[in-house]
Amino acid sequence: MKIGTPKEIFEGEARVAMTPESAAQLQKLGHECIIETGAGAKAGFADADYKDAGVEVAKTAAALWKAADVVAKVRVPDDTEMKRLRADQTLISFFSPVADEAKMKQAAKKGATVIAMEMIPRISRAQKMDALSSMANIAGYRAVIEAGNNFGRFFTGQITAAGKVPPAKVLVVGAGVAGLAAIGTSTSLGAITLAFDVRPEVAEQVESMGAEFVYLDFEEEQQDGSASGGYASVSSPEFREAQLAKFRELAPDVDIVITTALIPNREAPELWTEDMVASMKPGSVIVDLAAEKGGNCKLTVADEKIVTDNGVTIIGYTDFPSRMGTQASSLYATNIRHLMTDLTPEKDGVIDHNMEDDVIRGATIAHAKEVTFPPPPPKVAAIAAAPKKEAPKELTAEEKRAKELAEFKTQTRNQVGLLAVGGALVLAVGLVAPASFMQHFIVFILSVFIGFQVIWGVAHSLHTPLMAVTNAISSIIILGALIQIGSSSMLITLLAALAVFMASINIFGGFLVTRRMLAMFQKS
Amino acid sequence: MEYGFTIAAYAVAAVLFILSLGGLSGQESAKRAVWYGIAGMAIAVLATLIGPGWGLSGVSIILIGLGAAVGYQLATKVQMTQMPELVAIMHSLVGLAAVFVGFNADIMINNMSALFVENGGVLGAVAADGYTAVGLPKDIYEGLSSFGQLIAKKTSVEINILRIELVLGIWIGAVTFTGSVIAYGKLAGKVDTSANKLPGGHLLNAGAAVLSLLFTIMYLSGAGSWTLVLLTLLALFIGYHLIMGIGGADMPVVVSMLNSYSGWAAAAIGFSLGNDLLIVVGALVGSSGAILSYIMCKAMNRSFVSVILGGFGGPAGEQMAVEGEQIAIEADGVATALNEAESVIIIPGYGMAVAQAQQAVSELVKKLRAKGKNVRFAIHPVAGRLPGHMNVLLAEAKVPYDIVMEMDEINEDFPETDVAIVIGSNDIVNPAAQDDPNSPIAGMPVLECWKAKQVFVSKRGQGTGYSGIENPLFFKENTRMFYGDAKASLDKLLPMID
Repeated sequence: MKIGTPKEIFEGEARVAMTPESAAQLQKLGHECIIETGAGAKAGFADADYKDAGVEVAKTAAALWKAADVVAKVRVPDDTEMKRLRADQTLISFFSPVADEAKMKQAAKKGATVIAMEMIPRISRAQKMDALSSMANIAGYRAVIEAGNNFGRFFTGQITAAGKVPPAKVLVVGAGVAGLAAIGTSTSLGAITLAFDVRPEVAEQVESMGAEFVYLDFEEEQQDGSASGGYASVSSPEFREAQLAKFRELAPDVDIVITTALIPNREAPELWTEDMVASMKPGSVIVDLAAEKGGNCKLTVADEKIVTDNGVTIIGYTDFPSRMGTQASSLYATNIRHLMTDLTPEKDGVIDHNMEDDVIRGATIAHAKEVTFPPPPPKVAAIAAAPKKEAPKELTAEEKRAKELAEFKTQTRNQVGLLAVGGALVLAVGLVAPASFMQHFIVFILSVFIGFQVIWGVAHSLHTPLMAVTNAISSIIILGALIQIGSSSMLITLLAALAVFMASINIFGGFLVTRRMLAMFQKS
Repeated sequence: MEYGFTIAAYAVAAVLFILSLGGLSGQESAKRAVWYGIAGMAIAVLATLIGPGWGLSGVSIILIGLGAAVGYQLATKVQMTQMPELVAIMHSLVGLAAVFVGFNADIMINNMSALFVENGGVLGAVAADGYTAVGLPKDIYEGLSSFGQLIAKKTSVEINILRIELVLGIWIGAVTFTGSVIAYGKLAGKVDTSANKLPGGHLLNAGAAVLSLLFTIMYLSGAGSWTLVLLTLLALFIGYHLIMGIGGADMPVVVSMLNSYSGWAAAAIGFSLGNDLLIVVGALVGSSGAILSYIMCKAMNRSFVSVILGGFGGPAGEQMAVEGEQIAIEADGVATALNEAESVIIIPGYGMAVAQAQQAVSELVKKLRAKGKNVRFAIHPVAGRLPGHMNVLLAEAKVPYDIVMEMDEINEDFPETDVAIVIGSNDIVNPAAQDDPNSPIAGMPVLECWKAKQVFVSKRGQGTGYSGIENPLFFKENTRMFYGDAKASLDKLLPMID
């Protein structure tokens, strides 16, 4: 099959879906590669580089679309490109099945197959193809860099001859891939980093990156992100209020805010309100990574940088990955390459579009003249559902007392029950056994009782010495042998002698070793 | 002939033994407690030698001397890491001694009944009052050993009870004997430590137990001593097969169970000999072992029966898949983290004992403590192969006992701890016990070391623990695997701590 990548038409888009490196890998799968001239120029890949990697260079976009069986690109195709798309051609690109519904239907009607990179399911096996994550990673990093570019101070605190510099305080809202990347970049630059997410289970990840997780004082059962495939979902109004109150409290304190909160297929939630912006210090910077979906801050203007009246810079760029074209291209091209690997299981250059495969099925939105969105739920759960943890309830004084009383009652019941059963058993034995036996039996019962009382008090750390001591004293069996040894029968004498010998090994061995052990225990 | 002073001495000895066990409640009082035990034993043995055991007492003293020499050798030569083996093998001696003493009692009964027949009577015949036994003529009676006299005075009901008691003593003794030998073999690595059962599994044990019961009934109805021999062989088989079917990590339960059995065997023999001291001590030891087994089982959240029947039960459903990878780290990385840490908790396990790493651990602790760091140990109740095994090893390496904590004392402190070091333990730090209701060890209390800021796991390789369960701890983001033999790893680490 021939895989082709046209030049991105979207203005300012620097990324390209094929790099010389990925082309070399694709050829190993048995495919041929073709690229439109100048497609990699903005990402730093010259036509010559592609040629060296064995890629055919097409002179025009039209020629490329005509030649390629599979078209891999970055942005959703525009109308011209949609026209060029033909039956039995496979298109791989970012393609939102909700926003670009008309185009999706158009493609299906034509009989083309469309694989939307957004729709790659979030399962472990598909991580290598997850372009959203790889792009978000870049966005998170770049967001911090852009913020630093517009922030007039150091990130890290310093004490210099010229005075003391306080560290910058960065708040990252939303700890998804972009958020975590931002946290990592920010902490490694030396800023004090706070992070918030509606999914409390990510607190661990946040803390592992060196940031402090902002906890809400909120009662309601919080979201389990695993239910929605690892993405956040819409939260309740009460929760939102608690969250905004917390942000309001933090706003005057932080220097840089990076918001990354997105809910799949929805408008971005408003998290940073105008009054929070107003309460921020002049010179502070807000980077809104959700600008494309309306922004987490309503003041954000998509694709622009604005400065508010009180001197707060709000950055609403939507092309962070594109701003790092080379890096973004190589990651995206690798994602595409991994996808092709899954599509070419035999490595023979023949595409097997297996609609039974969770990953391929999930990402395919148009196939064989049908719209195949939305996909059925994947067979493998994306992330193991976190078991519901019952928080131990704080008991009131009455409840405590009631509980203690109940415990006391059951204890009494158990004890009385045991005593009754034990007593009945002893009585039953006494009914049949002669008095001479019962005399010994009393001794036995009392000894077991004393044993139980005494042994519970033994310290855990002394369990081994306890075993050694009990072992030594269980050699008391020697008394029996000593009594028997004087018998007139040779056999008895012999067996008794052996028993005496063995038991005395035990007596001496047991006690000595206990002494040895106990002598070792010492206080510091 | 009655020995009033012997009984008095026994009373004193019994009190001393109780004090001896009670004294083990604290490290300091324990040192005194051993002496109570020794004194009790000395009094009991001396009183017996001078009293009812006077016959052939010269031979007895020589044998005791020989036993003392062997015992001394054993006790002084043994490595602290081999303590579980020593305890196990010593149990087997008690078990075997109980078997011998029990057989002697049977032989004695046979001899006595022969003697009665010679003198024209029947052993156990009851006099006209329906209560007192018809004894032997006085001159013959006087010539008997003290045990013979005891039997001669018994009625037939009492003789039957005597037989039940000695069957119990022999049976328990024999189970203890082979069980302890196998436990010793497993602990010393001479027998395969995994759970092995003959085909037929527990049915074999059950069959043997039923047959034993059958032989007991035959023996009681006078079928002769051969039934007793067969019964012993069956008990020996049960002991062997029962313990073969139990895996290495369940040894704490097994050893304490055998400890308990050796006590019950002594008590049963005490009944048949009519010796109260044997009964008292047997009961003390028996209940002590039973409590220890109970504590161990509780620490594993398993019932006693399930441990004895061997192996872990099958999981209730699919276990959670573990995602992520194990990340290895070298000694320098561990050293850096330790140098920066304020508080450190060390979790030792059987792996530390195997690698004989306790000295190196102690060195490490000394160095860290010298720098003012808060270093403590967290001991899980079933760490090691013997109850309290880790405490003894650490004590040997001169780790002060007041920084060695029990699970319940320290589990709360992990979130405030900078570094947790896991040395040679696996299942006792497995978070699956809490997180995964389908895990075979679900519900077992574990040390929550993953809550520490950083966890280092010293481990030989990537294998799973005894239970064969994957340990999600090793895949956690704050866990680093410090592969290699525990002792070698620590020796590499030590010079890097400054």
